[in-house]
This record gives sequence, structure tokens and C-alpha cells, in this order.
Amino acid sequence: MRTPKAFIGLALAAALAAACTSAPAASPIASTTPVPSTAPTAAPSVATSASAAPSAVVTPAPTQNACAPENLTLKTAGKLTLGSDNPAYDPYFLPSSPNPSPWEAGDPNNGQGFESAVAFAIAGKLGFSKDQVVWVAVPFNNAIQPGAKDFDLYFQEVSYSADRAQAVDLSDGYYDVAQAVVAVKSEKIAKVTTISGLKDFTFGAQVGTTSYDLIGKTIAPAKDAKVYDTNDAALKALGNGQIDGLVTDLPTAYYMANVQLKNGAIVGQFPTQPGGEHFSAVLDKGSTLTSCVNQAIAALKADGTLAQITQTWLADKANAPVFQP
Amino acid sequence: MTDGAGDTARGAARPSRPARGPRFGLGAEGARSLSIAAVSTVVVFGLIGLVVVNAPGWPVFQQAFLNGPIFWESLPKVIGRFWVNVQMFLVAEVLILIFGLLLAVLRSLPGPVFFPVRLIATLYVDIFRALPGILVVFMLGLGIPALRLPGVPKDEFFWAVIVLTLLYSAYVSEVFRAGINSIHPSQAMAARSLGLTMTQSMRYVVVPQAVRRVVPPLLNDFIGLQKDTVLVSFIGVVEIFRETQILQAARFNFTPYLATALVFLAVTIPMARFTDWLIARDARKGGSGRRSASVSNALSRGGQAAP
Amino acid sequence: MTMQPALRIEGLWKSFGELDVLQGIDLEVAEHEVIALIGASGSGKSTLLRCINLLEPIDEGRIFIEGEEITAKGVNVDRIRRRVGIVFQSFNLFPHMRVLDNVTLGPRSVLTPPPAAAAPDAMRLLERFGLAEKANQLPDRLSGGQQQRVAIVRALAMQPDLLLLDEVTSALDPELVAEVLNVVRELAANGMTMLIATHEMGFARDIANRVCFLDAGRILEEGPPAQIFAEPREARTRQFLNRIIEAGRL
Repeated sequence: MRTPKAFIGLALAAALAAACTSAPAASPIASTTPVPSTAPTAAPSVATSASAAPSAVVTPAPTQNACAPENLTLKTAGKLTLGSDNPAYDPYFLPSSPNPSPWEAGDPNNGQGFESAVAFAIAGKLGFSKDQVVWVAVPFNNAIQPGAKDFDLYFQEVSYSADRAQAVDLSDGYYDVAQAVVAVKSEKIAKVTTISGLKDFTFGAQVGTTSYDLIGKTIAPAKDAKVYDTNDAALKALGNGQIDGLVTDLPTAYYMANVQLKNGAIVGQFPTQPGGEHFSAVLDKGSTLTSCVNQAIAALKADGTLAQITQTWLADKANAPVFQP
Repeated sequence: MTDGAGDTARGAARPSRPARGPRFGLGAEGARSLSIAAVSTVVVFGLIGLVVVNAPGWPVFQQAFLNGPIFWESLPKVIGRFWVNVQMFLVAEVLILIFGLLLAVLRSLPGPVFFPVRLIATLYVDIFRALPGILVVFMLGLGIPALRLPGVPKDEFFWAVIVLTLLYSAYVSEVFRAGINSIHPSQAMAARSLGLTMTQSMRYVVVPQAVRRVVPPLLNDFIGLQKDTVLVSFIGVVEIFRETQILQAARFNFTPYLATALVFLAVTIPMARFTDWLIARDARKGGSGRRSASVSNALSRGGQAAP
Repeated sequence: MTMQPALRIEGLWKSFGELDVLQGIDLEVAEHEVIALIGASGSGKSTLLRCINLLEPIDEGRIFIEGEEITAKGVNVDRIRRRVGIVFQSFNLFPHMRVLDNVTLGPRSVLTPPPAAAAPDAMRLLERFGLAEKANQLPDRLSGGQQQRVAIVRALAMQPDLLLLDEVTSALDPELVAEVLNVVRELAANGMTMLIATHEMGFARDIANRVCFLDAGRILEEGPPAQIFAEPREARTRQFLNRIIEAGRL
């Protein structure tokens, strides 16, 4: 009977040793990567990195100096790293010929397309020239989830929502957006003009989007919505007749209906609420750039640049019949 | 009850009996094993628990993955969607067994005249074991309906079942084939010597024995099948995995994944224990399973040390 | 009126790759005759038996059963096998079926119309050989001798014209050999035409009408048992029998 006693003794000793050496963590973590929390914090969290100038200043209203490029905490010092999904579509991003790798559809580098233009305009206001801007491809789902980001700023028709704002920083809006339904012209759904008339059809949307939320909240169809990892997959299903209608933002709907889909049509757009959906740029939670970006956007609105960009790229893509209730 | 005084008095001619263990009949050896196992388990898991709970980042991890309210909110929702997966599994399982057995038999047909049949079956198995499931589900689930061939359904559930059947039949046919090949040729010879045709010999003599032999690896494949029913989420159907994703995207919290993981465990672990029970029962009953029982007995007795 | 011999083999050659196992076998077996095949291991006894019911394909030669050439082109092999029963050294019962099902599988599957009488007929056969109470058991519950007797019954259930027995007692414990040999004796007494490959020389001497000694793929010597066992002509026959006697098996 020696063996069990010795074993127990050893094991207890080991347990004691382990308990004593591990440090109990009572307070929230101060780690190098900003960490998501669902409770909104009043003060921005401490950001540490190997930046030259100490920019970890907690001030509610940053001065112009704090937003100068050399004072910003960037992924790559001296460069502004912008992110977008790949493929990125018209009218937000337009292709170059040829497209540099890895861009398959739109090439954000060329500054053409609504969001590419807005991004470069913001970069310019922040003091970055075109050569100082670098684009990386990041999937939409990854960009809006909590966690460290591979970019400083992300553009991909991301609608502002309070939930999302708890996971990432969202800039002020740069475009007020309406949602729309895309369908095949020859199908029954194309004739519908009221929201109640949509109830009998099958809808599809990308996972995690406000478009998906709209299906449930606004349309509330009898049949379950179908949910896809990408808009591309949803579009394929629409073409196959596996869904009757695809819900997405209106400018994307234009591109889908007129270019991507054979015999595509926009059935209609949903009425926008006052103070309704708008697109925001995505930043890492607690990023020090956020207030600077908001300042830049305000400046672009004030001097009419934003309106001009909107007119150039989206003017003809906002005319679709509005659904009646 | 030992009579120590009596033994000493009589010169202790009899060997003394070991002290009895607990009343549930384990004996001294068994009781000692049980207590050691219990203590060991408590200590090991206690240690692991201590280390984990005291690690830095634990509160954050707990918030992101073990959030109570979100867990209880997600669990009924994901269970509700699981019915889609279950239906898919049940339908596909039957088709896979049939098609897999057919492929195995086709590959086993002897003689030069059947060479093209064996070739096709072999190619089929090679191809569908090589292709990733998600690739096939996109090709067939979104690709074929795009052709708009008349009479070809576009229902995602239908195509998911087809895809699962195509993929898993390849694996299952190999399992059946191994089973068929493990039947000694003298069985087939005995059957043919009675005048049974090739088909009859397979059907009444070889295949029944082969199938009994391969139930454990088959059940193994079916546990894999249960998990692969999530493939249908890629072509739009909201089943348990997609539902989990939707919840996670809405709450920016990973706890729904935990709820879903538990659902899968709850379904799979009983299947695994059932498989073990089947193996044990087969060993007890004898027949072709008896060999494996004696092998494990031989192995354990050969190298047995006192616990 | 000449009766067709139950079995006639002409010039049978059979090789496995390079090895010639049977080198020109000629044999005639009349109805109700019992032939014992003796010879060393590897002399080709088992192969010969398996060629007769076409379990092994032959390279050269012809085989006739009741006058019908079974080696001709286009012959339905399964039909032939229903007329020729074979019992193997290792019994080869179907372990997943009860004894009764083992016996009735053949008649139910191949004889048309599928006899509803298969089960009662099988039970009668099993009773005749003292196996009736084993009918509902799985083969692994039976002793070796019982299993082999079931194997014989299984072959008999097909009502064969010719029965081949391939060393049917070689795998049995000595005390179980007798029960099987008694079954064979009874079959012989009832006029079953049989070809028996065996090491049991005493048994062969008792029941065989003719003994054939196989050596290196040829029938070296054949004749009535009295002649073969007492006065073998060939040297190799004598050699073989001497070894058997030395081993105490004769």
C-alpha cells in the first residue's frame, strides 16, 4: 500500500506549487493587442507599439498636430494601410487593366470608384500622398469582428450599427445608404412594389450584414432566408433560381443587376429612416486614428469634396422605385 | 474472517487469505485500482483547472467563449436548426451504405470481362476521396443548378445529400472492400461448390460476413458524416453551423460556437460508445468477431503486470 | 446395356504457374463406386478433386459426368456443381448462419422451384446423422466432428450424383474422426458414388472399391485395396506405404 500514498503526496505537492506560482489576474488585461469588450469604455485603451513619437495620449479632442502622419500610430510607419475585400466591386472600386495581384475585380489602388476615391480623399486630408497609401485585402467578416486588424482603415460598404461599434471603431458616415432587392427580370418578384408583397418569396443575403437583418426585421418573409459567406455565392444562387431576391445596398444592387446578372433588375429600394443607415470606415477598436479620420471626413463634407465624389460615382445609381408598405 | 489466534496456535499450516475488498466484489486488487484511478483523476483535472483559471487572459476568454447569457440564448436556436443536419444525415447514410456496398462489390468482381467495371469503380473512389467536400458542394450545389437542365432539381438540401453520398460512398466502399477481402476465399469456394452463382455467393455468404466485420469502421465514418452535414451551409441553407455564424456575427461573441460544439458532442459520443458496445458484444457472441477478442486477451495476458 | 460411368477423366493436365500439379490424369468411376485417392501431400489429390467440380480451371483434358462433358465450351458451371458435392478438410461452414440454414442454403437458392420442403428435408438429413438438436445453433458451438458431419449433410442436401471428400478427417481430433468416417461408411453402404482423398489407410482399405495412388501429379498405380495395400507393384507406392506403416497409420 506504499504506492498510492506516495503518489497522493507528490500530486498534492505539485498542486500547491502550481497554485502558488501562478499570478491571479484580478484586473482587466493590458496586453499589446487591443482586446474586444462588449461594455463600451469611456477612455480609449492604451495602445503600445514601436512608434517613434509617443502618441499614446488620452485626449478627447486631438489637436491638428496629433493627426499629422508622423504622429499617428500606423501599421507601417510612414504609410497608411487601407483595407478592402477582394473581389471589390463597381461602383465602389473599379478595375485596372491589368489588375495587380491579388485584386480580382476592382483595384483599390487606382482611386476610381466611390470608396476608393473617398479613401484617397481621407488619406489626403490626413496628409498622406498617393504613394504613401498601401491597400491590403481583408474579408468583410474578418474586418468587422473583434480582434487585431491588418489595416489602419477599412472600406467595404460597412454600415454603422451600435453592435458593430462595440467590436470595432466606426468612423462617421461618408454615405447614406439604402438597401435594395435584386432579382431576375422575368421572375414574379420583379413586379412587386410593396413590402408586404415580398413576404411570399425566398431571400438571400451575406452573413453578418445589415441586409440580412433587414430581411428578418423589415420583410419578415414566410420562408427562411438563405445565408451565404459572400455576396458572390448569393448572386450565383439568385441566378440559379435558388433564391428569388437578393438584398444588398443600392449601388451594389445596380452593379449586380446591370452587369453581373443576366436579365437582372432592381425590384425596389427600401425607404430610408431619418438618421438611417450610413457607411463608415472600420478601424481597430480604440484606434487613435478614429478622431483624425472623423475630422477628415468632416472637412471633406465641408468643402464639398465628398458631395463631388458621390456625384461622380453614384449619381445615376440611386434611382430605384421605393417600396410602399 | 481470519482467525489469527487459531492460525498461530495450529502452526499456520494454511496460507492466509488476503483481506477482502469492498463488498461490490472487486476484490482487493480491484479496489486499489479504483481508488488510485479516482485520486489520479481528481489531481490531474484539478491541476489543469488551476493552471487554466489562473492564466492571464482568462477573464477575457471567459467573456468571449463562455458567456452564460449568450450561451443560454444560443443553445435553443442552434438546436432548432440542427434538425436540418439530422435529416440530411439520415437520408445520406442510407444512400451511402447502398452505394458504397455496390462500389465495393463492383470492385471485387473477378475476371477480365469485368475489368471496365472495376476500372470505373476504382476511378470513382480515387476522385471522390481526393476532392475536398466544400469544392464539390459548390460545384454541384451552385454549379449544376446554373445549367438549368430540365428536370434537375435546384434544391440545396437535395444537392447536399448528393454531395455527401458521392463523397462518403468512396470511403465507405473501401471499408466494405476491406471487409469483403478479409473473408477467407474458402467461404466463397464453399458457396460456389454448392452451385450458387457469383451473385448468390456474394449476397448470402460473403457480404453478410463482411458487413458484420466492418461495423466499427463504418460507424467511424458516420460520425464524420454527421459533422460534414454542415457543408450545406455554404450553399445557403441555414443549418446549425450557419445559425452559429449568424449569432456570432450579431453578438460579436464566440459562445454560440461552444453551444454548437456541445450539441455535436452530445450526438457523437453516444454513437462512439454504442460502437464500442457492438464490438464487445460481437466478441462475446463469437462468430467472426471471436478472433479479435482472443487477440486482445492474448495481448493483455501476455504482458500483464499487476495493477 | 452399358451404363455411363458416373465420372470419366481424360488426360487432365493442370499447372499453377510453372508447377505442373496434375500431369495427365485418366480415371473412370462407375456408379456406386467408392474410389480412395492416396498419396503424399502435394501429390495433387486436392487439386484433382477441385478440378472435377470445376472450382479449379483445367489446362488440358476432358471431364465427363454421367456422360456429359463438363469441360466443353458454354457449359453452365453452376449447374454442374449442383450435381457434384464436395466436402472440404476445413469444413467451410458459413459461420453467420445456423446449421439448418447452412444446409438449406443450397437447395433454396438453386433448385427450382425453390422447395418449400427444403427445411423439412434438411431436418430429416440432420436427424439421420444425429445432428437434429444442433439445427438452430451457430457452427462455432459445434465440435469439429459435428461441424464436418454438417458439412457432409450440406453437400448431400443438393442430392448430388457424385460426392468428393477432400481429406475430411485430417483436421479433426483423433477421437472425432470415427464419427465422420461412420457417416461416410453409411453413405457408401447406401450406394453413393464417392471419390475420397484420405490419409486414413485403414478406412480406405475398408470401404474403397478401388484405390488410386497419386504421385507427382500422376496416378502411379490403381487397383483394389487388397492389391494396393498388400502387394503394391510400384516402388514408390511401396515407399509411401512403408512410411505410413512406420507412422503407425496402417
